Amino acid sequence: MSEIIRCEHLRYVYNAGLPDETAALDDVSFSIEEGDFIGIIGSTGSGKSTLISHFNGLNRPTSGKIYVDGRDMWAEGEDLRSFRFLVGLVFQYPEYQLFEETCAQDIAYGPRNMGLSEEEIQRRVKEAAEFTGLSEDLLQRSPFELSGGQKRRVAIAGVMAMEPRILVLDEPAAGLDPEGRDTILAQIKAYHKKTGVTVVLVSHSMEDIAKYADKVLVMHKAGVAMYDTVENIFARAPELLELGLSVPQVTQIFLRLKEMGLDIKTDVYTMPYAVKTVLKAYNARHPEKPLPIPAEKGGEDHAS
Amino acid sequence: MLRDITIGQHFPGNSVLHRCDPRLKLVGTIAYIIVLFVASNPLGIALSLALLALLYAVAKIPYRLILKSLKPIVPIIIFTAVLNLFFITGDGEPLVRLWVFSIYKEGVSYAILMAVRVVALIAGTSLLTYTTSPIVLTDAIESLLRPLQKLHFPVHELAMMMTIALRFIPTLIEETEKIMNAQKARGAKLDNGKFTERIRALIPILIPLFISAFRRADELAMAMECRCYRGGEGRTRLKVLRFGKLDVQCALALAVLLGIILSTTLLF
Repeated sequence: MSEIIRCEHLRYVYNAGLPDETAALDDVSFSIEEGDFIGIIGSTGSGKSTLISHFNGLNRPTSGKIYVDGRDMWAEGEDLRSFRFLVGLVFQYPEYQLFEETCAQDIAYGPRNMGLSEEEIQRRVKEAAEFTGLSEDLLQRSPFELSGGQKRRVAIAGVMAMEPRILVLDEPAAGLDPEGRDTILAQIKAYHKKTGVTVVLVSHSMEDIAKYADKVLVMHKAGVAMYDTVENIFARAPELLELGLSVPQVTQIFLRLKEMGLDIKTDVYTMPYAVKTVLKAYNARHPEKPLPIPAEKGGEDHAS
Repeated sequence: MLRDITIGQHFPGNSVLHRCDPRLKLVGTIAYIIVLFVASNPLGIALSLALLALLYAVAKIPYRLILKSLKPIVPIIIFTAVLNLFFITGDGEPLVRLWVFSIYKEGVSYAILMAVRVVALIAGTSLLTYTTSPIVLTDAIESLLRPLQKLHFPVHELAMMMTIALRFIPTLIEETEKIMNAQKARGAKLDNGKFTERIRALIPILIPLFISAFRRADELAMAMECRCYRGGEGRTRLKVLRFGKLDVQCALALAVLLGIILSTTLLF
């Protein structure tokens, strides 16, 4: 695996030179490996959205460097548009960007801007529609007739159809009902597994990040507070709480149990692993009649 | 970029000019414009500029903001000045002769006078918007136009429309930026290309923008109905405009100053 994005001392200042000058990003350095599923989390105003708008050159850093696929984005002679095709960015509430007569045409907008052949465009539209679960019949309808969740999926398909090397999504599940939420996130995860494309998921929800991401980048006050694997991040749950972030409810229960004097691990963030941990703790206390521990159930979430 | 647009920009403050009745400020501004055009002698213009400088100082608005508000109309000022320069003919010998054009002394002085007058006009009206919030200003317009209601002119509706339009300018600018970014992320070419290409590139921005504007209008109408909005009849206000002692003093002071400027026409 190789590095796909690298930020070096990235700094971005709003209203530079004015009295209300504020740094939205300050000395941000990290790198993302190709094929990773990264979650970015942080409280409102921590710089998450500003950071991802740097990934495809919508914002120019005040200072610092950003490399995508080894190329310095703001170097002399680089074509910014080529980076936009390399890094697919799905904004918050992307359904408001739909404009075409039919969903299929809207999904084709990005690929068409890339100057692909009609055949290739149609293949990509079909594939993206499959990933997002849009039926053939839906594709021929106007995007303005669809439900909120369906519109959202059309918009995401529009970026997937560009076949970027990195797919960045800003709160793709915001404002959807729990079912719509799970559907979209599961589809993104399936897309990641099938295509191996690097995915960066910005979210407020610790539960979602815990469930889908491999690594987590925690933003705090315009900087990177933590950047590690999901297990290691949740093992530092008290620090997360200090940063004003929530931790999954399961983790909160285990933190509380530990507080109450129970000798128990606290890096628990999924239900199956929680069950296993509780049973193990029980068995350690009652060695005379141990309860059976379920075999590797939910083990794909957590290698213990 | 889009954020640099300064239509009706307001600079909150607590000076006499900020606190004074918006109706007085509106009428005062109109009076000032009239005086600018009536007292078109050099002394009158000079005094008008002095008055403007004084008012800016009283309002504690930095003078560099004048330059900022003048920026978009610089081409117009230059255009009118150049036209005046060449097309005003005087009695004496022309100063310069260029091919078929000739510049007279009167042309030069009139061009300068005209340019200064336009500058004063823009700076004067900007002072009104700098010291008065758009909402208060529409209140003043509504109050001043009230007599027209007798003629069945929809004064309240007009004022409400203006208030809403002003309120949504920043919102729509923000929205436009968001949509532009989203389409740029999908490879839209907005800043280069042939003219026809650029026009076509606007479609993916304008359609979502219109749809969102209509959606917002719908939501706003619903919210207003939910709060029993039924037009202006019988509606009371949270902030009632009152013409107080301070306003009387200001009005008198302004009348005296404008009178002095007007009297200069008697000298020339």
